[in-house]
Amino acid sequence: MLRLRQLFRGNDNGGLLVLLAALCIGFSVLLPGRFATHDTLTSILFQLPEFGLLALAMLLPLLSGGINLSIIASANMAALLMAWILTAGLGTLGGSPVVLIFIALLAGFALSLVVGAITGYLVATVNAHPILVTLGAMSIVNGACVWLTRGKPIAGFPAEFQLLGSTVLLGIPLPFWIFVAATVAVGLYLSRTRYGVAVYMVGSNLPATRYSGVDTRKVLIGVYTISTLLCWVAAILMMARFNSASAGYAQSYLLITVLAAILGGVDPFGGFGKVSGLFIALLILQVISSGLNLLGVNPQLTQAMWGTTMVLVMAARYLLPKRRPVR
Amino acid sequence: MRNSKLLALLHGPKGYLSLVIVIMALFFGVLAPQFLTLGNIVDLIEGSSVTAILAIGLFVVLVAGGIDISFAATASVAQYAAAYFATKSQLPIPAIIAIDLFVGALLGCLNALLIDRLRATSIIITISTMSVFFALLMYFTGGRSIYDLPAWWSSPVVLFEFAGSGDATVRITLPIAVMVIVAVATSFIMNRTSLGRQTFAMGGNVEAARRAGINLTTTQFFAYGYLGLMAGLAGLVQAHRVGEAVPNAMVGGELFVLAAAVLGGASLTGGSGSVGGVMLGILLLAMLRNGLNLLGISPYFFQILLGVVILASAAMTGLKARRRLATA
Repeated sequence: MLRLRQLFRGNDNGGLLVLLAALCIGFSVLLPGRFATHDTLTSILFQLPEFGLLALAMLLPLLSGGINLSIIASANMAALLMAWILTAGLGTLGGSPVVLIFIALLAGFALSLVVGAITGYLVATVNAHPILVTLGAMSIVNGACVWLTRGKPIAGFPAEFQLLGSTVLLGIPLPFWIFVAATVAVGLYLSRTRYGVAVYMVGSNLPATRYSGVDTRKVLIGVYTISTLLCWVAAILMMARFNSASAGYAQSYLLITVLAAILGGVDPFGGFGKVSGLFIALLILQVISSGLNLLGVNPQLTQAMWGTTMVLVMAARYLLPKRRPVR
Repeated sequence: MRNSKLLALLHGPKGYLSLVIVIMALFFGVLAPQFLTLGNIVDLIEGSSVTAILAIGLFVVLVAGGIDISFAATASVAQYAAAYFATKSQLPIPAIIAIDLFVGALLGCLNALLIDRLRATSIIITISTMSVFFALLMYFTGGRSIYDLPAWWSSPVVLFEFAGSGDATVRITLPIAVMVIVAVATSFIMNRTSLGRQTFAMGGNVEAARRAGINLTTTQFFAYGYLGLMAGLAGLVQAHRVGEAVPNAMVGGELFVLAAAVLGGASLTGGSGSVGGVMLGILLLAMLRNGLNLLGISPYFFQILLGVVILASAAMTGLKARRRLATA
């Protein structure tokens, strides 16, 4: 409990909590009897985790002064590999589904590890720009996924796998527990480990960090590897929820994950930001999303609204003197 | 003496690109006989004219040290606005074209305003504006195309025509001419006007440019506004080529444009690159796509190759920058 409180330390999040409360109240007023229900809370708790994990995957590269534009493609890639193993190997193995699921998970983990490490290597050692590296990775991964699946989703996983998505522990869905665990893990990594703290340093000033004796290469490789591994966990949750995997899922999430990070206090130039802020920002965005969904707002208007919100959040960051970025 | 000049020519992105283009031409020429015909080459150049115009505009922004991925959305909005007035009102032709270019430049300047005033990263701002522009466009148009464009816009304009191999006639059409004019004009602006050189300076080192007295805000507006203008022009040419204004036709092609610009020597950190390099990049990618198409290979494989090209190009730029830092 003490650790959690230390994670949530800092009065920067006060404003965000107020915003969250205001939004909940606002939507409850706009949608009497429909928003402030157990159903809404349940749907939020079910939808938030995969989005939250992708946001965590976006957080680390942003903190290091870069960006990872391939998170959606990586998640879909991992999902497709695991889905293919789950649906193709059922007959050949003949063993219990748990072994098959374990093999699928291991394969997804390995692939994400390799892709993340290569991305990190290109950014760190070859000094290639993160935007280009992750765009290139996204293009390769996405192209390969669509080419190999002909654009069709893979569906039909064993029932034991879907347990991952539907089990409820202590009234809270398992995916949410997984998400909370990942949040805590990333928060601890960033605040308590040598390489984690170095992420902030690298984001602030990479040459200075290198001259201070930190192996910036390892830090950056770690950043992009962990980022892609978080996409793997997100992929597992997406598969459990949709009972299928496709190369085209979650494409609209990219903008919102960046928005969640910026709203949560991450400096887009790198070097500043807390996991706790991201967590609250995710709740805010999920509440907005659910509220707008219940209000029946056109999805394209919603997308336009996210873009506008991002600009407004950037403007707000500029206008708040405490947070004004010095360039 | 002649040997060293030749070697000097081969150095740098233009030299490497030309070499790769020649090798690729031979490769595809052997595997697919119809590749090396004049008709096919002119066709693929004409097919990439819209992309080339966009890439030249993006080149200016990259040189300025920024990036903008909202240009396809800008082009779509400008194109649709012009198409709407062309079909629903009686405005004269120059007014329609002016509306298109104005909308494009306006949206580009909006990007510049946000990036400059908010001290924000260009990638995040332009991801946001791309979302807003495109989502609003799709919402207000309902995804419907305008397909009854007036004749002055959609009827083909052939500038030169001559006989190719067999019965085919080779046509040099308006899009190719527009592309060439844009390339020459942009090269002139970037290399021979102070505004262009200021852009290079700002991209190379912002702080040094500021202290040298360059007005960074003006240069930002020039760079993003120019891309917006090019986007508007590309929208006009695209509608001319296909005969209709389709709201979602151009969104999705951003990667090809960015790859061509980066191949041509433009780096994301700014300050380098040339229009000629960008044109060679366009030619290389267009040939690659056309060659793969003629060989019957899936277009998604091209997407994979595009990613590899971007990675390789980014790697080379990165290594070159690192080497320059080490020897400085």
